[in-house]
Order: sequence, then structure tokens, then C-alpha cells
Amino acid sequence: MPAAVSVRNLQIETTSGVPVVMDVSFQIAPGEVLGVVGESGSGKTTVGLALLGHARRGLRIAGGEVLVGDQDILMLDVEHLRRLRGSTVSYVPQDPASSLNPALRIGIQLREVLQAHAGGRGRDHDERIAETMREVALSDDPTYLRRYPHELSGGQQQRVGLAMAFANRPRLIVLDEPTTGLDVTTQATVLSTVRELAAAHNVAALYVSHDLAVVAALARRVAVMYAGRVVEFGFAEELFESSAHPYTQRLVGAIPRLTGGRSLLGIPGHAPSPGRRPPGCAFAPRCTMHIPECDAQIPPLSPVGPEHSARCIRAVEVMPQTQARAGDPVDVAPAAGSAVLTLENVVARYGKVEVLHSINLQLEHHECLAVVGESGSGKTTTARSIAGLHRDWTGSIRLGDKELETSARSRSTESRRQIQYIFQNPYGSLNPRKTVGETVGQPLAVFGIAKGREADHRVGLMLEQVSLSAAYARRYPDQLSGGERQRVAIARALISSPSILVCDEVTSALDVSVQAAIVELLGQLQRDLGLSMVFVTHNLPLVRSIAQKVVVLSEGSIVEYGETAQVLADPQQPYTQQLIAHTPSLETATAEARVGEQRRPVIER
Amino acid sequence: MSQTGQALAEGVGTPTPPVRSSTLVTRAFRLWRTRIGALFVLILVVVAIVGPYVAPHTASEFVAIPNSPPGGDAGVLGTDYLGQDVLSRFLYGGRGILVMAAVSTAIGLVLGVAIGLVAAYTRNALDDVLMRAMDVIMAFPQIMLALVAVSLVGAQTWVIIVAIAVTTAPRVARVARGAAQPVVERDFVAATESMGLSRVRILTGELLPNILGPMMVEASLRLTYSIGVIAALAFLGLSPDPNGANWGTMIQQNQIALATQPWGALTPIIAIALLTMGTGLFGDGIARTAAGIDRERGDE
Repeated sequence: MPAAVSVRNLQIETTSGVPVVMDVSFQIAPGEVLGVVGESGSGKTTVGLALLGHARRGLRIAGGEVLVGDQDILMLDVEHLRRLRGSTVSYVPQDPASSLNPALRIGIQLREVLQAHAGGRGRDHDERIAETMREVALSDDPTYLRRYPHELSGGQQQRVGLAMAFANRPRLIVLDEPTTGLDVTTQATVLSTVRELAAAHNVAALYVSHDLAVVAALARRVAVMYAGRVVEFGFAEELFESSAHPYTQRLVGAIPRLTGGRSLLGIPGHAPSPGRRPPGCAFAPRCTMHIPECDAQIPPLSPVGPEHSARCIRAVEVMPQTQARAGDPVDVAPAAGSAVLTLENVVARYGKVEVLHSINLQLEHHECLAVVGESGSGKTTTARSIAGLHRDWTGSIRLGDKELETSARSRSTESRRQIQYIFQNPYGSLNPRKTVGETVGQPLAVFGIAKGREADHRVGLMLEQVSLSAAYARRYPDQLSGGERQRVAIARALISSPSILVCDEVTSALDVSVQAAIVELLGQLQRDLGLSMVFVTHNLPLVRSIAQKVVVLSEGSIVEYGETAQVLADPQQPYTQQLIAHTPSLETATAEARVGEQRRPVIER
Repeated sequence: MSQTGQALAEGVGTPTPPVRSSTLVTRAFRLWRTRIGALFVLILVVVAIVGPYVAPHTASEFVAIPNSPPGGDAGVLGTDYLGQDVLSRFLYGGRGILVMAAVSTAIGLVLGVAIGLVAAYTRNALDDVLMRAMDVIMAFPQIMLALVAVSLVGAQTWVIIVAIAVTTAPRVARVARGAAQPVVERDFVAATESMGLSRVRILTGELLPNILGPMMVEASLRLTYSIGVIAALAFLGLSPDPNGANWGTMIQQNQIALATQPWGALTPIIAIALLTMGTGLFGDGIARTAAGIDRERGDE
């Protein structure tokens, strides 16, 4: 079978000539899904867009070729590209909520895609639209097609996005992290839809993601990108078991695992930004196996096995040690046994809708309690009620033996200081007009703990405690990466020495490798400072290395509550079992990769 | 825990980039439109302030036959309908307009921003009450309300200032509320609420800095309109001192002679045009820069 898409020597640079993506070459067979994995800034989305002949503002495609069939996309003029996009090649963007037009019914949007390329008017494409809707497992009922995007859930919106992308039977489809922001169960079904559609219609697909575990769930071959280059290329299961590049190895180490109770390992340092990349191997400054030869020149992508190649001069030494380099075993200390926070019969509402039905929880001294559930399960409402950010609740929340008021404003300063909250999105939780120092120092002033020099000194110490340096105090949030912003948010929460830390999905906006580092930091701070912590997440395997107890929420009620190890190893409720099965972890990803080996078509060259 | 220690080191050892040195305004000055706008405004402000000290005659001194063209006794710009020196009256006539425009716009801005921020932050009935009250004021053209106020109380300086401030405020409030609404929803506001920061401090310390960009644009736009309204009132004969030198009054008094001695009316017309163009260009430069910074930053 000849390749449906072949990319040779793709070069992308900024308009001022700084190289962003270099020497990217790969082929995708019809019906195959190729995964592209990398951290933010690795150039993975840039490569994906280049397959549509598009470069984002400030970038330009400087060289190479993208052959779809025998047509070089990079040689086409604007008019030909327009005809090609949406018909021969199509794109599924990251955020379905913003990629669908909120003012048009979904049926009309689907019809537009068909009319743009096949012509026709009125009701010409009704049958085709119904067929596409069935393909993505949505209702083909005309009344359903008359819905607006806001009347659909996130997963349904993304399915409409998929339907639009597959509608004209493209030969190539580029998926740019289409499941980010979706629940794990929804994600699992969207992923399987993509896999089935690509196989059924012989569509070549490029799946871009920062999460190796997600990619492994549907791609047989995976390209790992770092600093604009492909650093490793191989079968998914080989990358897990015998990765030949230290970077891939660290990515694998950052994936949460269900068993073994080992800590996650983040990757120290930053990916270098374009223009600041070192002369030799770009990963060398962060690599534990760094030797002087690494800096001499950029290592070539050399084969280390059948259809497996890596850009590392020590690949042969790296391959045998993947499994050995998992994190240290974690001893999650038992809780001391006195309740610091008690929720009794908490019922919360949004307007007239009851979103929490009688929640009873107890957080003990030095304990980390994970609150897990899908979106809409009420986990964030629980966290916000504890912090007094959600006011419309009844029942009782006690801090020690003190009854708490519903809203933070009516609580005493002391109880506000005791409970600190870390938000999900570090891009929204820091005031862009304030320096890091002002943000972190604010609680000191508000709670009257310290001011002036003393406050500055404390801010510096706190920043060092979250593994930033005191010099960060002078920066503004837009000069920080996502992981650094979240560290600043953690510093702001901890500087007033609270006793309870409420973390609301603190890693869901971050890359997997950064997530690992943040979770480790929180775990260590919790142990060192003797904090009690409520850790809200949708990612069950993630709580393995940090929480002693887990509460599983579904539709506003507690469905399971118990010791972490026990819940993960032996979930009692079908809901929990489903949640575990659908969350990408090292175990599920490896299993998927093995199954995939027998399932996927083989490329011939 | 050695490995963990290492894992925590993300971000350490990277060089700290220089602290952001340029503010919105300094960056805006990289655009030609901002520079030209500022230059126009600067020239006219200097004329208004220094003018009375360098004027060859006083504002009401008879120098030559009325409506004489430039040259000789009549001076470089000729004389007006009463035989007064046009250049001197032009140099005297800017100060009143500029001071009144600046003061009334400033009051209107402060009022409007305060109302807009409170409305955006409360999100409850107060929001509706405030904004509907603003709508009522906005239902009348600015010049009409000013005319009503002046004809009721008299053409005193404070009346004109208050009338313009009150009519400017609702327009500013709309923009301030619109700009502040998305900011209110962001988590850093909730973070300060959970600390128990007072409402006033949240409005001034957290929200206000985040809407400064659009508010500066609005300020320059409102200043432009205020100048226009004050000049228009003077043109209609409604200025604190109807016989005093005033650009608006000058236009009205000398329009009859446009064909024979155009400078009497044309000089103040050009001055007002340049002034409003200047504030407009300046505001536009700031707006473009703010939009550019937001794009660079990838703000949601």
C-alpha cells in the first residue's frame, strides 16, 4: 500500500528567519493514525497545520514537501489550497466550543462544508449529512440537526467537528488535541470514533497531543517531537518499553500509573524556545545522560530497530533502562486521625438546580483527600463551597470545630487564611498587570502577616520553596510558562501558612510532563508542611502517588469513598471502574498499544 | 528523594528575562499616528498656555478697521468684526476651552469608570439600576442636555463643566462595564475574594489596571467630544464670557466675513480641528498598541 501522505524535510521558520521546525519527515498510510507527541512549544501543532499548507501568523514554511497522493500541498496557490482544505485534507481543532459557529444550527454548518466543495443547494445533501451524523454516533434526527452548538455537550460538539472533518471523505485529517478539555469517558469514545472512521474510510490521520498515553490509545506509530525536531520515531509499545531517547523515557515516566505506587517524574528545566536552541542535541541541558559529545552537533535520526529511530548518540544505552527509571516508591503517610474539615449534609445549588446532594466528607490532619469525577459531577462545586467561593449551599462545613459561613466574605479573616484555594487555570488565576512578587505578597498584606522588606523576604523564600527563584518576583505572568504560573499560584496559596489547601484540577491545563512535576511538588509540600489537602481531579491514576483517600463523585453524589490503593485496585462501583478504564495511564496505554499491534494495517514501502 | 528534588527543579537556572520596561503608552509611541496626534495636542496646549503671554495685543483691544485682511496695522491674521487682532484673540481663546474640556472629561471619566466597574462587579439588580439610569441620560444628545442646563442655570463655567461631565459619564460607564465584565469572571478576582479583600480594593487594584487600555482610548475620544461640545456652545453664544476671546465664539462672530477676511473664523476652526484630530489619533494609537500586546500575549 503506498503512503497516503508523505512529508519530506519540512522546514518552518519565523518570518525573521529563526528556525521553528526542522527536518521533519514521515509517511502515513491510508487508514493509519500517526501520533505526534511533544510539550507545548515543541512545534507539533505547527507541523499539523503545515499539512494543510497553513502557517500561523509570524511563521512561514521555508522548505520541504508535503505530498498528499502525488500533489505537493506546499506548491499550491491560495485558490487551490482553499479547494483542497475541507475536502482532501481537513482539520479538527482543539476546542470544539470555539470552532463551531455559535449562531448557526449544526445541520447548517455541516451542509456548508458539503456545499463548499460539492456544490448543490437547499436539501441536496440531507442524506449525506444524516450518514455523517450516524458515523460519529450522533442522532441523524432532523430536530437534532436544528440544534445550536451550545445545546450540545463538549463531547457532542467535538463529534460534530469530526463529522464536518470527515464529511467530504478526505484523504488526510489532522487532529489537534481534539480531546483536551473532555471528560475521560467522552475522550475514550471520541478516540475510538476517530480510530474507526479512519480505518473504515482509509483516511490517513495525524493526531497531535502532549499526552503520550492518549496517543498510544489510537496510534500505532508515534513521532516524538522536541524543540522542533522529531527526536524519536517508532511503534507506540516500543516507545513505552524500550524508548531510545532520554526525552521519551522521561515522558513515559511522567504518565500516571495505576499500580506500583511510584512517584511521577517531571522533566527538569524548559524546552528551549526557537532561536535559543543549543548547537548540539536540544535536550542535552535537561538530560541526565549528558556527555560532552552531545553538544558537538545535532545527532542524526538514526535507526535503532525495525521502524524505530532516535536522535540520540547514546540510544543503545538508553533502550534497556526504561522500566528501571520509574520514580521512587511513595510512602503515603497514614493520617493522624483528627478531623480538620468536616462536611455534613452539604447541598449546593446553582439557581434552582441542585448540583450537590447531601455530601458528607471528613478531611483529617495531614491527609490528602482526592475528589474525583467527570465534569458535572459536582467536584468543583464541592471545592468552591469549602473555600466559600460558591455561596449557595446549605448544611454544615466545619473547620476544626468551628462552623463556617457560606461565603468567604462573611467568614473570619482567620478561617479565610486557614483555607487556601488553587485554581484550575493558571492563565486566569494570576492578574496579568501584577508582578509575581505583588501577587504572591498580596495575602501577607491582606491577612496582616508582614509588610515591606519582611514581606519581600518571605515572598523570595516562598518562591524558592516552589522551585522558582526569588528573581521571579519581578516578572509578569505573561513571561512565565504554564507550569511556572501554577507554581506562582501555589506560592500565593501557601505564603499565609494555611492548614488546608484546596486544589481544583490544578494540572488539567498543563502538559503531562509539567503535571507530573506539579503533583510531585504538591505532594512534597504537603508532607513537609503538614498540610491537609483536598485534591480535585478527573484523573484517577494521578491521585495514586499523592492522596490517602479518594472520593468518587457522580452527578452530585458520592458513589465511592475509601483508601486510594483500595479504590484503584478494587473499585466497587461500575462508575469508578469505567472511570479507571477510560483514563489513560501507563497500564491502559501499554495495553492499548499491544492490542493495536494486531489491529492496525501495516505500511509497506 | 533525590529524583524528586530534581523533578522539582523545572524553571530553575533559566535566565530571568529583563523586567518589562515599556508600558502601554511608551509602546504606543512607536506608532506614527500616536506621535503625530501627540504633537498636534502638544502644539495647541502650548498655544493655549503660553499664548496670552506672547500675544501682541490684548484680547479686546481695537487695532484696525474691522475685518481688515492680514498686513500692516491689522497684524499677521488681520482683524475681526470689531477690529480686534485675530492672532491675539486666537492666542487668548484656547485656554478656556482646553481647561473646561479637560476638567469636565476627567470628572466624567472618574464617574463613568466608577459606575461601570461597580455595575460589572455586582452583576445583580444594582447593575441593572445603574445601567438603565445611564441609558436614560444617553437617550438625549450631549449637546441638548448641555443646552438645557445652560439655559436653566446660565452660562457659567461650572454649569458647562458639570453638564458635560454628567453626559460623558454614561458613555464611559458603558465601555468600562463592557471591558470589566470578562475580567470579573477571571479566577484572580475570585482568588482575592477568597482572601477577603475589600470590594473597593478589588475594583481599584484588580479590575481597574486590566481595563486601562480601553479606558485611555475612551478618554481621548471623550476629550474630543467635550472640546466639540464646548466650542459648539460658545458658537451658540453660550460661554461664560460672551465677549471674551474663545475659539467657539470667534467662529460664530466672524463667519459673516468668511469671504472677505476668512482668518477670523478659519484660525479657530483649524485649531479645533487639529486638537480633535490629535486626541483622536493618540487614542487610536493606544488602541492599536493594546490590541497588539494582547495578541502577542495570547490572552484569552
